[in-house]
Amino acid sequence: MDLSAINPVLLVASLMVAATPLLLAAIGELVVEKSGVLNLGVEGMMIVGAISGFAISVESGSPMLGLLAAVIGGALLSLLFAFLTQFALANQVASGLALTLFGLGLSALMGQSYVGIKPPAMSKLDLPVISDMPVIGPIFFSHDPVLYIGVALIATVWALLKFSRIGLILRAVGENHDAAHALGYNVIKVRLLAIMFGGACAGLGGAYISLIRVPQWTEGMTAGIGWIALALVVFASWKPWRLLLGAYLFGGINVLQLNLQAAGIAIPVEYLAMSPYLITILVLVIMSADKSGAPASLGRTFHASQ
Amino acid sequence: MNLTKLLTSATVALGLATTAMAADKTKVGFVYVGPVGDGGWTYEHDQGRKAVVEEFGDKVETVYVESVPEGADAERVITQMALQGADLIFTTSFGYMDPTINVAKKFPNVKFEHATGYKQADNVSVYSARFYEGRAVQGHIAGKMTESNIIGYIASFPIPEVIRGINSAFIHAKSVNPDVQFKIIWAYTWFDPAKEADAAKALIEQGADVILQHTDSTAPQAAAQAAGNVITFGQASDMSEYAPYPRVSSIIDDWAPYYIARTKAVMDGTWASVNTWNGIGAGMVGIGEISDAVPADLKAEAEALRDKLADGSYHAFTGPLKKQDGSDWLAEGETADDGTLAGMSFYVEGIDAEIPN
Repeated sequence: MDLSAINPVLLVASLMVAATPLLLAAIGELVVEKSGVLNLGVEGMMIVGAISGFAISVESGSPMLGLLAAVIGGALLSLLFAFLTQFALANQVASGLALTLFGLGLSALMGQSYVGIKPPAMSKLDLPVISDMPVIGPIFFSHDPVLYIGVALIATVWALLKFSRIGLILRAVGENHDAAHALGYNVIKVRLLAIMFGGACAGLGGAYISLIRVPQWTEGMTAGIGWIALALVVFASWKPWRLLLGAYLFGGINVLQLNLQAAGIAIPVEYLAMSPYLITILVLVIMSADKSGAPASLGRTFHASQ
Repeated sequence: MNLTKLLTSATVALGLATTAMAADKTKVGFVYVGPVGDGGWTYEHDQGRKAVVEEFGDKVETVYVESVPEGADAERVITQMALQGADLIFTTSFGYMDPTINVAKKFPNVKFEHATGYKQADNVSVYSARFYEGRAVQGHIAGKMTESNIIGYIASFPIPEVIRGINSAFIHAKSVNPDVQFKIIWAYTWFDPAKEADAAKALIEQGADVILQHTDSTAPQAAAQAAGNVITFGQASDMSEYAPYPRVSSIIDDWAPYYIARTKAVMDGTWASVNTWNGIGAGMVGIGEISDAVPADLKAEAEALRDKLADGSYHAFTGPLKKQDGSDWLAEGETADDGTLAGMSFYVEGIDAEIPN
C-alpha cells in the first residue's frame, strides 16, 4: 500500500468533475419533481443531450455551441414527455421509461457517424496568478465553465424555491395541483416549463460526459448515471444543497475508491466498489430523518375538469 | 398472464419456430453485452455477424440483442431468441455462461455457442481466443516504453480470462524491465466510459505512463490522450482512431471465420459441440499495427515475439514461473497446460496486489 501516491488536491479536483453530470441531471429532476411530475426519462434525455452536444460541437468546432445544442436537445426530448403526460394524460412512470428507451435508441441512430471522432477541447478557467496558487488553484480555479454552472444552478434553484414567488407557485403546483388551479395558476404551463428545465439540465449533464469528462461519443455512454440522479433526488429529500452533497459524495467516493485500488490498499475491492452507493445512501438517509417528504402531488395526473 | 396462457403462447411460438425453420433459412442469434457501437468487444462480434450475412446472403437470417445485462435478464433474452426460431445462438460474454446452459437444456434442438466460458453441453460449444498471447506482446512493449516503471491496468471482473491477461502482460513486462510495477483497478464493468475514464485518470495521476485496459470502450484512450505522455493499447478492436499516439498497438479479436464456419456446420448438419481456443496462429487474435511512436528495434522485437507465439515455438506461459505466494508453478522450460490457464485464479510472483474474490 502506498497512500502517498494519492495526491489529495488532484483527487478533490477530479471528484468535482466526476460529480458534475450527476449534479446537473439531478437538479433538473428536482425541479420537475417539485412541480409534481415524476420523469423517469432522465437517462434518455442525458444521452440525447450527449450526442446533440457532441455532434454540434464537432460540426461547428465550438464546444459552447455544442453545450447549447445539448440544452436544446434535452429540452426538446422532454417536450415529448410533457405532451404525453400533460396533454394526453398518459401514465408518468410508463412515459418516462419509454422516454429513456426512445432516447437511447435515438442517440444511437444520431451518433452513427460520430464514433471515433474527437471533439474540440473545452477551454478551462485560467486566471493569472490565482489558478496557479497551490491547493486552491487546482481545486477552485482551474475547471471548465460547466462545472461552475452546475454549482451556480444549485444555488439559484435553492434561492428561487425558497425565496421567490416563482418558487412558491412551483411548490404549490407540486403539493396540491387542485388548490393551485383554484387559485388561478396554470398548472399545465408551470409543469411544462419545469419539465423543459429538467430536460435542459439532463441534456447539459449528458454533454458534460461526451464533451468534457470522457470526451468522445460512444453508444450508451451515460451508463446509468440518469438513474443514479433519480435516486439521488429522493435521498436528498428534494433539497438542492443536499443534492450537491450527495453528488459530491458519490463522485468523490467513486474517484477515491479507484485511487485506493490503484494505490493497492488492503481493503477488498468488492467493498470499495460498492462504497459510493452505500455511503451516499447512508449519509442522505440519516440526514433525511427530519421527515421532509415528497411533493404531495408527485406522479399524479392533473386535469382541470376533474 | 397465468401459467397456462404463458405455456400456450410458448407452444404456439415454438410451432411458429418449426415452420420458420422449414423455410430453409438458417436463423442465427447473437447476444451482446454492450452496444454494437462500443468500438471494442461487442463491435468486433457484430463485425463477425455481418461477415456471416455477407457469406451466406439470403440463406441466413441474423438477429441480435445488444446491452444485455449478465444474469437473469440474459436468460430471458436467450429464451426469447430460441422461441423465435433461432437455430444457432452465440452468447458473447463470460457472464452468460449459466444462462446459456440453462436455456440450452430447455431447447435441445437449438445449438448454442458461448464465448469465453468453460461449461460445455451436447448442444453448447464454447469458444474463446488466446488473448493472453496478445497481452504478452503488449507487456513486452509496455515494459520497454515505460519511464516511470508504473503500468496501469484497468481490469473488468476477476475471472480467469482477465487474470490470465494481467499475468501474461506482467511476465513479459518484467522480463524486459525488472523494476516494472503494475497498478490494477477493478472497474467491475465491461462498459462504462465515464468510469473507465476515471480509472485511467486515477492511474495516470499516480504515475502510470502506460495504460492497459480490459474494458470495452475507448474512454481510457481519450483520457491518455488528454494527459499526453501516456501510451495505450487498443482492446478487442484496433481503436486506430487513437493511433499513432497514445495507442501504439492493439489486440484485435477476429470472430468472423469462426462464426462463418459454425453457421456452415449448422446448415450442413455437421455441427457438434466443441471447445475452441485459438490464438494468434489461427488468426482469432490479431496484433494491430505497431505505430511509429515505438522505436524501430523494439517494434522488430515485438513482431518477432508475435511470430514466435503464432508458430507455436514459444508459449506465453513458459517456466520458470512462480505463483504470487512464492510456490513453484512451472519448472524451467515447462509450459502451462490449457486446464490451468482456463481456470487461472492466481497472480504470478511479483505482482503486488490481491485478486478480489
